Formats: sequence, structure tokens, C-alpha cells
Amino acid sequence: MTEQSRLLVEGPTVLRFASHVRFRFDEVRQAWVVLAPERLLLPDEQAVEILRLIDGERDVDIVIDELVSRYEAPRKVIATDVVAMLQDLVDKKVLRG
Amino acid sequence: MTGIEPPLALLAELTHRCPLRCPYCSNPLELSRASDELDTAIWKRVLGEAAGLGVLQVHFSGGEPLARRDLVELVRHAAELGLYGNLITSGIGLDGDRLAKLVEAGLEHVQLSIQDTDAVSGDRVAGLAGAQQAKRRTARVVREAGLPLTVNAVVHRENLERLGEIIDLALGLGADRLEVAHAQYYGWALRNRAALLPSGDQLDLATATVEAARTRLAGVMIIDYVLPDYYAHRPKACMGGWGRRFLNITPAGKVLPCHAAETLPGLYFPSVAEADLEEIWYRSLAFERFRGTDWMPEPCRSCDRREVDWGGCRCQAFALTGDAARTDPACALSPDHALLTAARDDAARAAPGFVYRQHSAAPRRSRELVSS
Repeated sequence: MTEQSRLLVEGPTVLRFASHVRFRFDEVRQAWVVLAPERLLLPDEQAVEILRLIDGERDVDIVIDELVSRYEAPRKVIATDVVAMLQDLVDKKVLRG
Repeated sequence: MTGIEPPLALLAELTHRCPLRCPYCSNPLELSRASDELDTAIWKRVLGEAAGLGVLQVHFSGGEPLARRDLVELVRHAAELGLYGNLITSGIGLDGDRLAKLVEAGLEHVQLSIQDTDAVSGDRVAGLAGAQQAKRRTARVVREAGLPLTVNAVVHRENLERLGEIIDLALGLGADRLEVAHAQYYGWALRNRAALLPSGDQLDLATATVEAARTRLAGVMIIDYVLPDYYAHRPKACMGGWGRRFLNITPAGKVLPCHAAETLPGLYFPSVAEADLEEIWYRSLAFERFRGTDWMPEPCRSCDRREVDWGGCRCQAFALTGDAARTDPACALSPDHALLTAARDDAARAAPGFVYRQHSAAPRRSRELVSS
């Protein structure tokens, strides 16, 4: 019935914003927003930092490395949070492979 | 109250004209005439005001927004303002050429309604021969144009048992998302409530069907599904709270906190001709009336969910109790909750046919709505 299947987010996965998803800065709120079909996300500061690293080139491992270099937390903790958030956004069709 | 946030989204009802005659139509009983519709220049000004106010998404709706000849121009204007444009359509009359123009103008997404799974019942509910086939064509051109597609299926007693097939149909149409929306009983739908309200058994089966499909289709198709008010224990946070997130502009230019708000008596809703959207959003009495929690009666006022569901739906409270300031009867804590139980019993007995809108004639039953 469908050729699609669920993308599971792992270290080597390269993600980009789905077409017709807009990640932009809103001047009125002075905040980053994600505009998607029937969805509107107001990501918090940490989520914004992660999303700004999503560019269709870096894989998830590199995104995590980048965040590890910015924060004190252990890599494992950061990796778990990041993968969970990215998987959720993939399932919501905000991000794609 | 303090800290009124800017609105997130605008529902732009461009017209009440529509090729369909669904018995659960949520538009008002008294539809705006084409001659009363805002013109292109006013809509463009209003879209500019909306963007300035902080609106991020605009849902072009109706009626059928494709009935407006200036739709491409309005979509383009919205896109140039940075607004995320969504077309909410019956799909009737959307061919590849028109869609290509809309996409080129910056349209981001299409929400397509379906009434049922097969042509016979789909066309019957839509009140239009050939509707189902036209919708299938529209889904195809949307996918071919590379736009994300949401299929919206209003469910009710007559089609709820086919929910599994509705899910398969949406998948087959290439939908990224399926909204399973229970008919909501105000506007024309309240007139047909006894014919539309599902039974408790139907509902349990439907909920189980959705849960199974969500697991099976995780990451493939999103299914949005909310339990209907008539079987809920707590009300929905209607519009995310009155005057908190959404603006609605009617075809004739009235600015409303929700698209059914004109059913409420004693509230004056300003028109875009009288004031700009910022003035209306932050300072009009109508938007202040049920904003926040100060207006609430008990049991809402002392409820720990008062900032979760915001007292539920004002239009439903009014339609069922005659008082818009009462707790939504959908809440089991409401003193009026028995009204919903009675409606369920009523629906369990009755199996009447649908009463259709007659677009050519003046609506005749307008006052029955409030007393039923």
C-alpha cells in the first residue's frame, strides 16, 4: 500500500528539514519557530541549538559531538536526549532522511 | 489579565460558498453571501496586519476557498509576508494547473476533506454526485506537486465502523497525516445530531482501531484523533483557550476567537473594517470576555485543570445550556453533564435521515438550534 517506512534515527543518519517545513526566526516573539503542516513548534533554547545543526550534511553522531563540545554533560546523556528528540521530529515529519 | 500572547494562527474564511452540503457543516446557519465577502485589497491588508501581530500560519478556508478567484494572489501575498499557507479544501475544482499556480505562489500544504471511503456514501454525505472521485484526483495532483497532504475525515455514526478503511484510503491517497475528526455539534451539525452521534460501542472500536494503526504506521502516516466531547470526561481545550492562540476572520470580515463564536449572543465582534487586528486581539471586549480564567464559574474556577482545558468550548456551553459562560457540559464535573448523556440516549434510539443545507434558499431553522 505504501512504499514508505519509518526512518529510525541512529548515529550515521543524516537529517534535513522536510520540504515545506520552515525553521525560522520570528521577529515578533524574538524566538525560533518551526512551521509545518498542521504543526507549529516553539522549540526551547536547547532544541534550537540542535535544530540549527540539522543541515542535511552532518550526521547525528557529528551533531552529538558538536553538542558534547559545548556542554559539560556526558556524551551518553546528550546522545540519548538528542536521538529521542530527532526521532520524535522524524515521526512528526518535521525532519526526514 | 497580564501577558496576552500574540496569536499563532489565522483561519481565513474566504467565502461560505461551497459545492458540498455536508450535514455536519460547522459553518453558521446564516451563510454570508458572495456579495458580502471581503475584497482582495482588504484581505491583503488584513494578512499584513496578521503577520505584524505575530501570526505564523494562515489557513485559507471557507466554504470552499477555491471559489475565490483571487486565491493565488492571496496565497502569494501571505507567503511574501512569511506566513505559512495552508489550503483547507473539499478538493472540488482543484486541478493540476491551479495547484501549480498555488504552489508557485508559495502554498505549503493542503488539507483535503473526505466524507467516506466509497463513492456512494461519500457523495451522499457531501450531497454532491462525483465528489469522491474528484477528491481522489485532487489528492493525486497534490502529491504530484510535491506538497504535503493531510486528509481530514469527519467521522460519525454512519461511517465510524469504516474507520479502518478510511485509514487505508488516506494511506493510499499518499497522505502524510490523517485527521480523524468527530463531528462537532454546533452549526448545522447540531440539527443532525441524532443521526450523527455514534454509539459507545462504535466509539470504543474506533479508538482501538486508531491505536493499532498508529503503532503500525509510526513514522509513515500521522493520525490525529481526539475523543468526541459527548463521550469525554473532560472538555477539550477549545481553540487552545479563547483569545489565546487563534484568530478567525469570516467571509464578511468579522474577527472571531473561534469560527462558531458568532452563535453566541451579547458579544459584539468587530469587523476588520472597524479596527486593525492588533486592536481587536489585545483590546476588544469580545476577545477579553472569555480570555484566561477570570470569567470562569465553578467548578472551573477552582479546578486544577482550568489552565489546561480553559473551561472547554463556549459555543458548546451556549448551544446546550443557553449560557455561554457556563462550564462546558462535556466536563463530567459540569452540573449540565446530563445533557450529553441524554443526547447519547436520544441518538441510540433515533436513526433519522440527514437534513441538508439548501444553498439556494434562506436557512429556515435557525432558531431551532439553540433550543434543542
